[in-house]
Amino acid sequence: MGGRDTDIVLLDENGIRSDGRKVNETRKVTIKAGVLKNANGSAYIEFGDNKILVGVYGPRDVHPKHMSDTDTGILRCRYHMAPFSVGERKNPAPSRREIEISKVIKEALEPAVMLKEFPRTAVDVYMEVLQADGGTRCAALTGASVALADAGIPMRDLVAGCAAGKAADAVILDVNNEEDQAGQADLPIGYMPNLKKITLLQLDGVLTPEEYKQCIEIGIEGCNQVYEIQKKALQDKFFASGEKQ
Amino acid sequence: MSDGLIIDQLKKTQILELLKEGKRVDGRQFDEPRKLTIDTGVIPKAEGSARARLGDTEVVAGVKIQPERPFPDTGDKGMLICTAEILPIAHPSAETGPPQPHVVELARVTDRGIRESGMLDMKQLVLEKDKSVIGIFCDNAVTDHDGNLFDACSYASTAAINSCKIPKYEMQDEKPVKIEDEFIEPPITTLPVSVTMAKIGDFIVVDPTIEEWGIMDARITITSNSDSNVVALQKGGSDGFTQEELIKCAEISIKVGSKIREIIKESK
Repeated sequence: MGGRDTDIVLLDENGIRSDGRKVNETRKVTIKAGVLKNANGSAYIEFGDNKILVGVYGPRDVHPKHMSDTDTGILRCRYHMAPFSVGERKNPAPSRREIEISKVIKEALEPAVMLKEFPRTAVDVYMEVLQADGGTRCAALTGASVALADAGIPMRDLVAGCAAGKAADAVILDVNNEEDQAGQADLPIGYMPNLKKITLLQLDGVLTPEEYKQCIEIGIEGCNQVYEIQKKALQDKFFASGEKQ
Repeated sequence: MSDGLIIDQLKKTQILELLKEGKRVDGRQFDEPRKLTIDTGVIPKAEGSARARLGDTEVVAGVKIQPERPFPDTGDKGMLICTAEILPIAHPSAETGPPQPHVVELARVTDRGIRESGMLDMKQLVLEKDKSVIGIFCDNAVTDHDGNLFDACSYASTAAINSCKIPKYEMQDEKPVKIEDEFIEPPITTLPVSVTMAKIGDFIVVDPTIEEWGIMDARITITSNSDSNVVALQKGGSDGFTQEELIKCAEISIKVGSKIREIIKESK
């Protein structure tokens, strides 16, 4: 953040953002469950211009063996951006940013996944960002929950992701790339709507305590909307033949 | 166990039982950080330095300053990079070799707190636009680990940068040349201070020790600035927070942070 200098108008006089959205509106989200043949569970998510493919393998044997835990299964997450996913080619080796995001997404999913059911095993979640446009960690987290559910892994809740933030002095929902670069704050949220628990939360940028409260509130509202789309994706896959829910 | 620390089940039960009675293992209040002492100027060869001791956790931060070629998209601003590493002398679990994910996170959270607060007015650190800018590198070395490295690194970095002296440079023949024995004051705009809280069961405690760190369910690090605004935040650990808890945590962070800011100011 840090408010880089730019000529882009992030919010016009009618309260409309640079991509035509209102302040409290998310981008268009579409999710499809079960898109990969080999993975135990998978999902493809489009979150605005973000395009992310998630594959889940497991529960399966842990390699290397010393990582296995006799009391519980372990969750391993890899968030990775394709070299062609951004404007300037990204080095395909995992960056420090990707290592950190993998860790926060893992910790966002852990409260939802009932890992104690599978001691000595691992569940691997691979998130491949094919195109990035701001808010990839929330989109990847959203897709990962659907892929885990698609794999039939017992879960307490789905985790839905959506960011809130601040641009042009206004609190906004679902920060896109332009707003992330030129805006004032970005607050990604991961939320379990049934359990009402926030499992992913980061912030960069300056917020007053009042704006911070508003951001969390509006962010949770965004997550609730994303949650409905996640459930629909699972219903579409498992009840496609017209069965009743 | 988080960060590879192993604590026996007995200790976990003991800590939880005490919390239920409103007590912590070391007798502190829930919102009471450990004693913080900061000495600045401990490394005279560095342009700025600080040793922060938070209880038995110790971090040495050193600031090195040198002219740099700016990144193409930020040619009108100086450069600021914070890093952190856990030295193998700090704890038996610390390893040499490529950094583990939790060390990468420590370095990035430390960097984010300083950077996003806008602590330094980077526009004042340009020698020649798009050609040469002043680069400020603040490297944190954890020398003793008794939990809550996030805050110890935050305090050491803020104190080191706050007390640094920037050598004066002049452009001669398109090259930056250092003027001996001339310095400028760092363009400080605010003092960021992070406060980390651990959630253990339903309890939230400030500045967890290594024992509390090992058994906590989740943690949150909230950085505030001199104007009592929230500037950076990182949630970690395998549980979540409710909306009410998060708002309470921000209030605690701002309150505790303002006292710590005074200690950092006095250390200059």
